[in-house]
Amino acid sequence: MNVLPRAARLGLVLLLGAPITVAAQDPAVPDGVRIGIEYRPGVRPAVVMLPGNGIDSVRELVARDLDFSDRFDVVRLPTDAAAGATLGGVTPNYGLLRTMGADFAVELRPDGPRVVVRVHEVATGTPRREQTLQLPAPFDSGFRMAVHRLSDEVVRWITGTPGYAASQLLFIVDRRLYRVDSDGAGFVTLSPKGEEVLSPAWSPDGSRIAFTRFGAGAGSVVVQSAAGARSVLTGTTTALNITPAFSPDGRLVAFARANEEGTHVFVGDAVQNCCLQRLTVGRYADNLSPTFSPDGRRLAFVSTRAGPPQIYVMGLDGTEQELLAPFDYGVTGSSNAPEWSPDGATVAFHRDVNRAPQIFAVDVASRRVRQLSSAGRNEDPTWAPDGRHLAFVSDRSGRRQLWVIDMVTGRIRQLTFVGDVRLPAWSRRMAGPASPVHSPP
Amino acid sequence: MKIPSRLSLAVLALVAAAACGKKEPEPAPAPAPAPAPTPEPAPPPPAPKPEPVKTGPTAEELAAAAARVTAEVMAELGSVVHFDFDKSDIRPGDDTWMLERKAAILSTNGGLKIRVSGHCDERGSDEYNLALGNRRANAVKTYLINKGISADRIEIVSFGEERPVAPGHDEDSWAQNRRAEVEATAGAMNLRKP
Repeated sequence: MNVLPRAARLGLVLLLGAPITVAAQDPAVPDGVRIGIEYRPGVRPAVVMLPGNGIDSVRELVARDLDFSDRFDVVRLPTDAAAGATLGGVTPNYGLLRTMGADFAVELRPDGPRVVVRVHEVATGTPRREQTLQLPAPFDSGFRMAVHRLSDEVVRWITGTPGYAASQLLFIVDRRLYRVDSDGAGFVTLSPKGEEVLSPAWSPDGSRIAFTRFGAGAGSVVVQSAAGARSVLTGTTTALNITPAFSPDGRLVAFARANEEGTHVFVGDAVQNCCLQRLTVGRYADNLSPTFSPDGRRLAFVSTRAGPPQIYVMGLDGTEQELLAPFDYGVTGSSNAPEWSPDGATVAFHRDVNRAPQIFAVDVASRRVRQLSSAGRNEDPTWAPDGRHLAFVSDRSGRRQLWVIDMVTGRIRQLTFVGDVRLPAWSRRMAGPASPVHSPP
Repeated sequence: MKIPSRLSLAVLALVAAAACGKKEPEPAPAPAPAPAPTPEPAPPPPAPKPEPVKTGPTAEELAAAAARVTAEVMAELGSVVHFDFDKSDIRPGDDTWMLERKAAILSTNGGLKIRVSGHCDERGSDEYNLALGNRRANAVKTYLINKGISADRIEIVSFGEERPVAPGHDEDSWAQNRRAEVEATAGAMNLRKP
């Protein structure tokens, strides 16, 4: 399952510079469970998927999700070892797993219409956590997302923070809106042919999306529900209204409006569809691409107030506007497309280096800026729900495609293989109807 | 400098003679079968030969002449203004001259309304380019307003990098795509030349 040997991955980390310390992600530890693993970059727990009868499709998906989480070395059992991994097909063979270097073993077992998930701690030879849940049938539309949620739970049981598998990305190809699951499956079109759409954004609960419906040089901010119902945000039927972003509570939509007064950031109430408020002023500056901090109190945005576009920050009422990502005037290239990380610590953006955009991140507290990419053109970063993966557009394979980078290990994978992709937006974790049937402590 | 050959000298002499001849106010030096070119703004189009000296141009001829003037004015109105990379300043030279002409056309034709669209090359960020295109359209509008054209006659839009005219991914294509286009939205009938 490992695409690269450890040494190669370590090399990538070195290339990308020191790994970002992802501080305090989702510190909630559930149900009094003690989490023993302290995450250290480069030293990842080894996880074995135990073989079993039936539900191979589930086992396969979970194994890949655990791999894509980049938090483990997912160890594939050689065929001759598979038979010996369990004793009588039931109890894990802890001795054998220990000799293989496994730290954890994940057991998936059908139980009538349900699935039992059990994580074993190999060192102590005991089950650490288990859950029984009902999954939709494999041909059901909700099946894959339900399995992704299960994978995210397994990641949480082992590391203390959930994975990001149960999430989706929006993106644009040829001004049409598409959606894909975080593992590249479930590709669907969300806008009709002939309609031109730009700049999609998710509401935090995934129940709505917003985008610019573009045409004849003007554009409205459209809010669309999961069922497909649409409404046009108040005050955006005239002029060019671009780059919408939802507030963390899902109530407000910030966006930029371009007209004779320049381009300025506004915020409106997307639930009541009212109460438009302008946040930036100044005749000669463009202000756009707002992104909310996770506490909903601040907005990072792009402004040309000092000349080339750079990344600034302001309060939700438009006060306390200041530079966020430092730059050298006349030296640093244009900076665009900021997105605030889910943990609030970092704002990712792209900045031109020798006229090619590259992915950067600025630490909000220290204002330290780091470059994260250098191969080809890399732009429009968007955060995974786990706050340590970023998706971005890159032409490193030829055409512009979505790629996902793990900021800790530096591992990179290609997510899309379609036409020229742009303007991605990654959702938060998708809550789902598949609730656990039984979950002993 | 090369010494000109005898032949060249002869040609030069001829050209000089012709130039001198032109300068003289001599009226109708060569009565041609076709009517002599006059400074009339709209000479009748193809072959008005069979007609003898009559009362004047017919209604059709007048309409055709007016349509041609309108087409010429529209072509000049629609000339494309270009910009430097990531800039929205009107460049001195041809671009300024084109805007002067557009302002004159708008002054002469009071019923004319226009829409200015701003465009960018593909290199900048997609979303920033929408703002940059807006700024370019605004720069054109501001220039025309400063020339006395009423603001409510000029609408602006931005297409960012979404409508390139040159499909290439090279300097030449980019230069062509960094532009502002002007089109008439009302009052584009029977235009007069400034």
